[in-house]
Amino acid sequence: MKVRVFVTLKPSVFDPQGHTIVEALHTLGYRDVQDVRQGKYFELEIDAGSPDAARARADEIARTLLANPVIEGYRLEVAGAAAGVAP
Amino acid sequence: MKFAIVVFPGSNCDHDAYHAARHVLGADATFVWHKETDLAGADIVILPGGFSHGDYLRTGAIARFSPVMGAVAAFAAAGGPVLGICNGFQVLLEAGLLEGAMLRNAGLRFVCEHVHVRVEQTSTPFTALASPRQVLTIPIAHGEGNYYAPPEAVERLEAAGQVVFRYVTADGEVTPEANPNGSVNHIAGITNAARNVVGLMPHPERACESVLGSADGLLFFESAVAAVKAG
Repeated sequence: MKVRVFVTLKPSVFDPQGHTIVEALHTLGYRDVQDVRQGKYFELEIDAGSPDAARARADEIARTLLANPVIEGYRLEVAGAAAGVAP
Repeated sequence: MKFAIVVFPGSNCDHDAYHAARHVLGADATFVWHKETDLAGADIVILPGGFSHGDYLRTGAIARFSPVMGAVAAFAAAGGPVLGICNGFQVLLEAGLLEGAMLRNAGLRFVCEHVHVRVEQTSTPFTALASPRQVLTIPIAHGEGNYYAPPEAVERLEAAGQVVFRYVTADGEVTPEANPNGSVNHIAGITNAARNVVGLMPHPERACESVLGSADGLLFFESAVAAVKAG
C-alpha cells in the first residue's frame, strides 16, 4: 500500500532555503510569490492489510525517523483514503 | 585514562580526535565502531565530526539509531562525560541527549574558518580548566550548524546555564558579524541538565597544536581528564 509523507518545517521555524528561493523568484520577476517553504516528500510502499493499518504504520515511521519534531511537522496521504494531518 | 572515539560510516574527524587524545595529550584512546554495543571501558566518549550516513535525511538522523548509541545513552545517564563535535553534536541532538535541532546555515554556505567562541560555563567536564568567559580560537566546518530550539526552550537553557559556548568577536563581544551560521543567541555549544554531555559545532580536536593555527582545543581534552580524575 502506498503512503505519501510530506515533511515541512514548522511555521515558526525560519527556512533559509525557502527564503532564498523567494528572492530568486523575485529576481526572475515573479513578484506575486509571497512565500516559499521547502520540504521533503517520501513515498512508502507498506505491506498492510488496510489503509488504516498503513496510515498507522506510516505515522509511527514519520514520528520516529522521517521528521524531527523539534523543527518539523508532517502530513500523510494513503492511496485511496482521505488525507490526514499531524502537527 | 581512556577515550573512546565512536566511528560512524562517514565520520571523518575520528582520527583527528584520536590523534589529539593519544598523541598530543598522551592518553589512551580507542576507536569504537558504531555497530558495537559497549564502549570498551572508556572513561570519556567522543562523537566525532563528519558526515555520518552521508547526512542523508537529516544530519545525525540515521546515526542516532546505531547500536552503539544505546551504550552512549547509558554511559551518559550514569554521568560519564560525552563530547559531541560538529556531526557528533548533531547526532546527540537527534538522539535527544541534548535539546534542540540544527537548521541549514542562515547564509546557506558551508562555512570553514577559524572562529572565536566564548566559554559561558566552566562547570562541564570539557570546560573545567577554562577561565570564565575565556575566548577560544577554534575552527568550524559545517553546512548545518544553525542551532535552533523553540523560544521557551532557549530561555530555559539560558536560565539554567546550559549554553556553554557562544560565537563572539576576538574581544569576546556578541555582534551579528561574529555569528557564522545564524544560530539563535549565537549558541555554539550546549550541555544537558546534568552537565556531563556537551555538544558544539566548532572542532577542538583540530586546534590542539599551535602548528595548526591554535592549540586552544587541547583545553577540552585536558579538562575531561582532570574532571574524570577528580571523580
